[in-house]
Amino acid sequence: MIRLERRLTTSLWLRLVIPIGSLLVAFLIITIVLMLSHVSPWSTYSSMVSASITSAAGLSETFVIATPIILTGLCATMAFRMGIYNIGGEGQLYMGAMAASGVALELKGSPGFVIIIAMTVAAALAGCVWSLIPGVLRALFSTNEILVSLMLNYVAGYFISYLIFDSRSYWRDLTSAAGQIYPIGKAIPANSWWPAPQIGNTGIPLGLMLALVLTIASAILLRRTTLGLKIRITAGSVTAARYAGLKVRRLIIVVMLISGALAGIAGAAQVGSASHALDPAGVEQVQYGYAGIVAAALGAFDPVLVFAGGLLLGAITSAGSTLVGPSFPVGLVGTIEWIVLFSVISGAFLVNYRVRWRRRGRGEEALLADPDATSVPPESEQVLGEQPYLSTSAQVTRGG
Amino acid sequence: MLRAVGITKSFPGVLANDRVDFELRRGEVHALLGENGSGKTTFSKTLAGLYAPDAGTIYIDGLATTLPSPRHAYAAGIFLIQQNFSLVERLTVVENIILGLKEASLSRRKHNALVARIEEESHRYGLEVDPDAYIWQLSMGERQRVEIIKALYRSARILILDEPTTVLTPQECEQLFAGLKRLASEGTSIIFISHKLPEIFAVCDRVTILRAGRSVATADTNEAGMNPHHLAEMMIGRELALSTREAARAGGGQEALSLENVTCQNEFGRTVVEDVTFSVRKGEIFGLTGVSGNGQRELAEAIAGLRRRSTGTVSVDGRRLVSGDPEDAIRAGLAYVPEDRLGTGLVPELSITDNLVLKTAWNRPYSRFGFIDRKAIKELAAKLISDFGVVGQPQTPVGQLSGGNAQKVLLARELTSHPKVLMAGTPTRGLDVAATEGVRRLLIAATESDIGVLLISEDLDEVLELCDRIGVMYKGRVVGVVERDRATANSLGLMMTGMSA
Repeated sequence: MIRLERRLTTSLWLRLVIPIGSLLVAFLIITIVLMLSHVSPWSTYSSMVSASITSAAGLSETFVIATPIILTGLCATMAFRMGIYNIGGEGQLYMGAMAASGVALELKGSPGFVIIIAMTVAAALAGCVWSLIPGVLRALFSTNEILVSLMLNYVAGYFISYLIFDSRSYWRDLTSAAGQIYPIGKAIPANSWWPAPQIGNTGIPLGLMLALVLTIASAILLRRTTLGLKIRITAGSVTAARYAGLKVRRLIIVVMLISGALAGIAGAAQVGSASHALDPAGVEQVQYGYAGIVAAALGAFDPVLVFAGGLLLGAITSAGSTLVGPSFPVGLVGTIEWIVLFSVISGAFLVNYRVRWRRRGRGEEALLADPDATSVPPESEQVLGEQPYLSTSAQVTRGG
Repeated sequence: MLRAVGITKSFPGVLANDRVDFELRRGEVHALLGENGSGKTTFSKTLAGLYAPDAGTIYIDGLATTLPSPRHAYAAGIFLIQQNFSLVERLTVVENIILGLKEASLSRRKHNALVARIEEESHRYGLEVDPDAYIWQLSMGERQRVEIIKALYRSARILILDEPTTVLTPQECEQLFAGLKRLASEGTSIIFISHKLPEIFAVCDRVTILRAGRSVATADTNEAGMNPHHLAEMMIGRELALSTREAARAGGGQEALSLENVTCQNEFGRTVVEDVTFSVRKGEIFGLTGVSGNGQRELAEAIAGLRRRSTGTVSVDGRRLVSGDPEDAIRAGLAYVPEDRLGTGLVPELSITDNLVLKTAWNRPYSRFGFIDRKAIKELAAKLISDFGVVGQPQTPVGQLSGGNAQKVLLARELTSHPKVLMAGTPTRGLDVAATEGVRRLLIAATESDIGVLLISEDLDEVLELCDRIGVMYKGRVVGVVERDRATANSLGLMMTGMSA
């Protein structure tokens, strides 16, 4: 019989060993998959590593791709930490990209740094507008924010596609040679391209630095500010939050605005560092917003770890895109990416839970099917230290 | 019928049961008496198959039996009714009773037959309950009845009730006791876990006393020389009397809290509090009692701003409170110890420290410009933890504390907010003698600093020992307010059932 118990405390050692172990397991599985596909695992690995980490160009590319993932990861983190499931980072990013490219085109001729600041602010505001919709609906009418924010991703996606592919909009390039052959976005002025100062031969994109600053700001916000405490109280119990005099509705809206602004800035970073134009196909292909949710989960919704998770996802995505070739189908790239993610997420589960094997018949196992069996100790006799692990309703029991 | 010999169970760091011997006869009500932490619950869970003992044997009908899971215990006819009921709130009584059984899906005809049977059984044992009601609609007392009927429906031979009276009114207790006696006379054996002595004499035939995990003695309650005093000594090894308080002379004192014509509805639009008017003076303890589910909880929420009032006014120290605004109530000086300690009054996942500043973290000196001053909060936490004798580290999540300790955290926070009014909902429910005493002393101390205390309690002894005036709620109305000197448990009990005293 296998059963899972929630750990009350997790040692630092486990926090380090489990992710590394998960990656090793992932690469073991990938090796088998690659060998079955008649692809040499070693050459694949070496090209993956060089394409994403060891070569300067590859590392720069990883940073560029990772930036929007980190920012949408922070977007998910801020909301999820309060129990508000904003999965609209994707759509909020599209709106941010649209606003950033629009502002950059409009301000053509201004100094670069002015345009870049304006892009960032405009993108943040656009993200806010897009997240305000599910936020207000949730706060005032208890509408399910998951559905609303998810649906708005499609609305935003179709909207930016319309701007480029189906209309002669301000964003579309109608004059250049390339633009007359195939619909593309108008390039933003060259001085508004986000700089990437070189360290050695590796470019550190401005967006990544901004993401780092916002990561630290998010961590401080959650840990050191009254807003962070309010978020933690509300996440723990909405009733207790109301009892403590918190305005929960207002808090939901504030958190959604912060969340949306982060995703919007991700859109600005994508335009400024990667596409230099509104590029619907490009942004939609990577699905930064959804990757951000994965990064947030990888980082256990802790901003600093989310930053690391975003870098990992950026590396995998960037490595994957360079692998594709005649002997290496796109599907295999996706397979590799998802095996890595699956392993790391499963491993993250082990950080919080431990697996126990026990002979059947030793008792103490609570059967999931038994409503009477949820053995939460009654509060009056619950003594500190008496229960080594909190029994949770998530106890899973499989026949053994 | 059931015999347990040398049951030993340890958890890391705690020896919860140490060679406990216990014997249960057919058709008896057998009390398991002991202070909190004496191992009563652990022992009952062992009997119910929830824990496997480290050593010892359980004999059922003379046969050595192992109970590796609750299923095995059910098969042996043993049912444990825990303090936290295991009912599904969104299902009806009938659905809960058949949950997990083969007849889980019902035709109309079978349903009616089942309803009839439940009504008959519940009537027979005086445990009346509406079979088609949803669990969330029921009071705690009614939920307990559902648990008992559920066990009976599964042909229970041995019922284990873990502190069953903590959620009941005196009348409900009487009904429960009558039902239990009836059950016992028909051959069901009952293990009655309690730390309240009068109950044990009221309903039990024999009593086994647990102290610090050991079975100290088993005695016949009818034996000569048995009295509560003697049992108490055996239970705690020494004697501990609860604080009581002389009633203050009526009249004096300004109004700390006053309610005028307060009416409010529950979530489904039904009027549950109707036209309530009374006031609490500074330095007095006003008791509000009644059978649970007669609007006390909703009234408390209406006062605290957690529930909107449809009409009426609530004033704290002469200042009218905005309806449905908890923040306004807090600012006006209302401290509130809610009935639901964990989940409303405290956030279980957060640390003792964070919970201590749940209402004040955004004020100076605990934060500046939105940033928390961790040093100030740590100092406050250290001070309150030692002043109020909380057992726990500042970083311990309150969800891991015992009920008494959690209540100390809650009271510490509320009393240090310099309130004008302290409203407490069943503040001693589920606490052991020592913790109850601690809470009572804090309530009494509050009156000495001129705070008006509104004590909402179903425990008549408590109300009669602490309060100056007592109001009784029945069907959402306050049907009477009496001076304590003129009140008796009997007269209050009658008012609680709607008959005027």
